[in-house]
Amino acid sequence: MSTATKQIEELANTEYKYGFVTDTEQDIIPVGLNEDVVRLISSKKGEPEWLLEWRLKAFRAWLKMEEPHWQNVTYGPINYQGVSYYAAPSEKKKLNSLDEVDPEIRATFDKLGIPIEEQKLLSNVAVDAVFDSVSVATTFRSKLAELGIIFCSFSEAVKDHPDLVKQYVGSVVPHTDNYFAALNSAVFSDGSFVYIPKGVRCPMELSTYFRINAQNTGQFERTLIIADEGATVSYLEGCTAPKRDENQLHAAVVELIAHKDATIKYSTVQNWYPGDKNGKGGIYNFVTKRGICKGDRSKITWTQVETGSAVTWKYPSCILQGNDSIGEFYSVAVTNNFQQADTGTKMIHLGKNTRSTIVSKGISAGRGQNTYRGAVKIGKNASNARNYSQCDSLLIGDRCGAHTFPYLEIKNSTAKVEHEASTSKIGEDQLFYCESRGITKEDAINMIVSGFCKEVFRELPMEFAVEAQKLLGISLEGSVG
Amino acid sequence: MLQVTNLKVRVEDREILKGINLTVNKGEVHAIMGPNGSGKSTFARALSGHPGYEVTDGQVLYNGQDLLDMDPDERARAGVFMAFQYPVEIPGVNNAYFLKAALNAKRKHDGLDELDAMDFMKLVKEKLKLLHVDDSLLQRSVNEGFSGGEKKRNEIFHMAVLEPTLSLLDETDSGLDIDALKVVSEGVNAMRSPERAFIVVTHYQRLLNYIVPDYVHVLSEGRIVRSGGRELALELEEKGYAGQTAAGARQ
Repeated sequence: MSTATKQIEELANTEYKYGFVTDTEQDIIPVGLNEDVVRLISSKKGEPEWLLEWRLKAFRAWLKMEEPHWQNVTYGPINYQGVSYYAAPSEKKKLNSLDEVDPEIRATFDKLGIPIEEQKLLSNVAVDAVFDSVSVATTFRSKLAELGIIFCSFSEAVKDHPDLVKQYVGSVVPHTDNYFAALNSAVFSDGSFVYIPKGVRCPMELSTYFRINAQNTGQFERTLIIADEGATVSYLEGCTAPKRDENQLHAAVVELIAHKDATIKYSTVQNWYPGDKNGKGGIYNFVTKRGICKGDRSKITWTQVETGSAVTWKYPSCILQGNDSIGEFYSVAVTNNFQQADTGTKMIHLGKNTRSTIVSKGISAGRGQNTYRGAVKIGKNASNARNYSQCDSLLIGDRCGAHTFPYLEIKNSTAKVEHEASTSKIGEDQLFYCESRGITKEDAINMIVSGFCKEVFRELPMEFAVEAQKLLGISLEGSVG
Repeated sequence: MLQVTNLKVRVEDREILKGINLTVNKGEVHAIMGPNGSGKSTFARALSGHPGYEVTDGQVLYNGQDLLDMDPDERARAGVFMAFQYPVEIPGVNNAYFLKAALNAKRKHDGLDELDAMDFMKLVKEKLKLLHVDDSLLQRSVNEGFSGGEKKRNEIFHMAVLEPTLSLLDETDSGLDIDALKVVSEGVNAMRSPERAFIVVTHYQRLLNYIVPDYVHVLSEGRIVRSGGRELALELEEKGYAGQTAAGARQ
């Protein structure tokens, strides 16, 4: 290794700055997973019978399934029995205002840099803060309610809008879909529920912050977003988690339904604990995210910047059922130190004249392993389908890896499918060139990486774009060689 | 301005420069010539702070400061410019954006206000005209897809925008046709001033017809074996380097 490489690798490995724990009373059920636990979760949440049955069905199916191992990632065996499946802070009464929130929890939010009050006043973003497995505060509810928009926790939606939930939950990701979806369907704790009525444009970006706090508590959140005919909504998901030694499992399910002429944009900035310098600890992020463009001319866009987690396994996907529907996927995934990612997307073209766009940027540094897996399926009745895929990998240093597995399954001869891929490296000579012009090494890295991610950052909502760029800078500090 | 004393440089365990002594004053143009492998480019790169080049001995003073003690970007901001022999491509980074960042870094260092996009574009458009370079260059990524000639012209364009005090031109003429050579030379000549100095590394005398040097030094086997005025270049053109070995010079 050249001296420059060594020097660069020794540069600040930023201590994960969100590593802390809130010491608040928590109502945690003992570890283990069996039918009784599922019943316990359901009863603690006061769920109706139909939902308990739904959970049990999923649980029984899960027992018969085998954990998949085809991903291009390796991780220690997950002890499903060694995890507690429910943790709620000990607040019994319903909260009407933020003043009623446990002050310790409020302090947590402050540390995370999301002072709810400020957000309320300045950024016009409604925040549904999920503290561990239970939603603690929901703001802007009344304002949105005036427009008929429902934005609440999943648990509340079950109580207040059971018909809607019943109609849509599991319609995009059935519990039979995969192992982790089945697990989630059985033990999901909470998440967000959004419903935008016909013709309504949601006036603000909806957002949720998560935090995995209690030791050994996996997070199994379930989110459901429905945009009725002609509706538009942009949803932001941003996560952070404290430092832990045991691996924590995050197996979420996100379902999006877009009706005729509706648009849903789902953006994620993910910064979960990636494991320390030696790859110990860190979050396992195994998520099933899928959207269905149910109606004609509907559109779903997934944008994400993933810099955290020890192991990431997710394929936000679009089913393009409606004619003239559009699916888009813009992603930047960073793996550093010992992180591994097997991510990508699936675009399934079923209707006529459908279009999909995939732009995936993978950045590998340290000993990170980044795998892109993209599937474009054109059904036999999907005439005039068009797809454009671009998968670019940037390698930083000489011990990381990038792998690409594109799958193109085309059953209609009128389809136009384009796939481009590129691999590049930030070379010492590029950095030196920048330095020879008076630009510092850090600025040079940021410049080059930002240039690389330009096309994706352009698609992020403004607030996220800034945070994403900063996050990228932090996660790559000391990585160039 | 530049005082090089007994500079020894090693590249991958091989000592290339075996003790270079050179003084360059403001307003002067020095040409460094020599056969392949003599260490010409090594000299320029060592001065610019290139990571692969290890200085094992000697001292370099730039305006009284210890140049070798400065990081490459510090040297650049202090006014040392390197026009690369093989300019590297930086995809995704816009040429204009890149230059603006570089110029503002230098201005900040000099205690000047940073330029905003509009002022920067005004400044840049003037320089473009000077160098017969097309506007479209600004929109492209740094050196991406540039031909050899375009890359070299881009180097001189950077130099024109950054206005350095000491410019190191590393085989700027290699790969250029006559027209490009003239344009590049015009650009360099337009920047000559009593406050600036140039070190021009080249193989062939031809460039020196256009960029007329004040001093010519012959590098051979890691040492300067002969120095003279511009006539020396013409002599080399006629007689070649054969008679200029280190052994020959010691006689």
